[in-house]
Amino acid sequence: MKFLRDKLDEAAPLFEKGGKLEKLWPVFELQDTFLFTGGNVTRTGSHVRDSTDMKRLMVTVVLALLPCMFFACWNTGNQAMLAIAKGALPLDSWRMDLWQFLGLSFNFKSDFLCILFGSLYWIPIYATVMIAGGAAELIFAVVRRHEISEGFLVSGALLPLTLPPTIPLWMVALGILFGIVMGKEIFGGVGTNFLNPALTARAFLFFAYPAYMSGEAPWIAANFEGLDNFTGATLLAQAAETKGALEGMSWWSAFWGNIPGSLGETSALACLVGAGILVITGVGSYRTMLGVALGTFVMALILNLAGSATNPMFAVPWYWHMAIGSWAFGTAFMATDPVSSAFTSRGKWIYGFFIGVLVILIRVVNPAYPEGMMLAILFMNMFAPLIDHFVVQANVRRRIARSAI
Amino acid sequence: MLEHYLSLATKAVFVENIALAYFLGMCSFLAISKKVGTAIGLGGAVIFVLGITVPLNQLLNQYLLKQDALSWLGLEGINLGFLTFLTLIGVIAAVVQVVEMAIDRFSPELYNSLGVFLPLIAVNCAILGGALFMVNRDYTFGEATIFGLGSGVGWAIAIVALAAIREKLRYSHVPEPLRGLGLTFIVVGLMSIGFMAFSGIQL
Repeated sequence: MKFLRDKLDEAAPLFEKGGKLEKLWPVFELQDTFLFTGGNVTRTGSHVRDSTDMKRLMVTVVLALLPCMFFACWNTGNQAMLAIAKGALPLDSWRMDLWQFLGLSFNFKSDFLCILFGSLYWIPIYATVMIAGGAAELIFAVVRRHEISEGFLVSGALLPLTLPPTIPLWMVALGILFGIVMGKEIFGGVGTNFLNPALTARAFLFFAYPAYMSGEAPWIAANFEGLDNFTGATLLAQAAETKGALEGMSWWSAFWGNIPGSLGETSALACLVGAGILVITGVGSYRTMLGVALGTFVMALILNLAGSATNPMFAVPWYWHMAIGSWAFGTAFMATDPVSSAFTSRGKWIYGFFIGVLVILIRVVNPAYPEGMMLAILFMNMFAPLIDHFVVQANVRRRIARSAI
Repeated sequence: MLEHYLSLATKAVFVENIALAYFLGMCSFLAISKKVGTAIGLGGAVIFVLGITVPLNQLLNQYLLKQDALSWLGLEGINLGFLTFLTLIGVIAAVVQVVEMAIDRFSPELYNSLGVFLPLIAVNCAILGGALFMVNRDYTFGEATIFGLGSGVGWAIAIVALAAIREKLRYSHVPEPLRGLGLTFIVVGLMSIGFMAFSGIQL
């Protein structure tokens, strides 16, 4: 430790004002504060009233995401191998060449092979996000002279988890560039944006390349075209398609996450573990999470009672809504984003509640988008400042009335 | 019937939001969205104007301007359609004048903060757009009332949300060339991505 500190101190004058490598100060600062707690904590943007700083805060979120990442690898491999066991063909790519070169087989019962095969999909996507997004972040940090924030690590971990495993890598790069530049950096970096950058990126990709982000094909990394009695559609798409599609399925396997879907969203269990870490460490707001759950519960119940003869989604109960699609992932990691959610405590309840209501409404009423979580959160991100405004105004009025001026 | 009106209202407010799906009424949308209070005032004025002019224009269109509209007078085969724009704008200008006088009388503070944009509601394309959509889609009087009010509410929601976002963004560290309108354009673009959540709803 002492050795590292000395080395860093030795190099510091090079990067400080007037030094030779002054322009690269953000790079030096990144390493310095990654290894040691900095002398001064956050100055602008998001504020934390604690002994922690933005870096520790954001790294906690990345840690909370680890179960999801791990599960993403396993499930991607497992889904692909299940399909192959049923007669689908493996996708023709460099991954197959590598697989054959290593002389490995497809066996969905072997957890190790599943994880290995899944990571062949997960690692390139994650690396692309880190390289492309990191480059954008670095350029902005150097030109605009702000610090490189670990906020990028969170956005960079969230985005790939919401993508389907088969997405082309250039799209991933384009998406993260849009998210980081348009969603965050043009406002001045972490803490100053109003939309969640990862969600902005995902929404951009979703609307720009719908064929790669929805439908049957993208969720399973195998070619199952022409295969009878096999569907790669997500459970939500199936439920919207046929009446009672969920009745024959096991809720526990949806909760555990062994279903087709985006990389990290399938396992409600992994998201629950992450949510637990966020709530215990105080990084994620339990108010937002409970608000979303409450909104979902109320709205799903209303629609269950209302019923519909033509739309099978009306009958889907709340506990299914919470287990399938990206509900759990969005609630735990996206809705609780401290920058784009409401700031006030009461505002967080309202903000969360409306996300819950909206996600059910979009899933049930809008046939174009069976997965509603991303759009619901994005929509409420837009209204979070307004909610805060009204909560603060109400508080001002209440206190004026109490002091009876 | 009620269901029909309800779905028309939802459509006007969310699915076909006049500001964020059609991008109508942009000038005042971008200019008066710096403070939430003022935005609420302008939003209210637009709701009022749209809610009155659209049904009023519907009556004029149905009984005066359309092909064979004058048949209730016993005149057949007359089409005053070439007067549509003139009439629509005339009605809008008159109503806006009344609103302006009313706001001046009852809330001078709001009157001052709205400034030139209040009389400019008369040439706000959201208002004329609402009336033209009504003519184009052949709404009945009831539908026109709901559509006018719904479009107004949608526009008001959008401008109030934008104002709250811009109040928050005042603490941002925006690159020099983007400050002001440039960033607002981008914010509006991102907001309309959010509003795309409702596109595709069939009502």
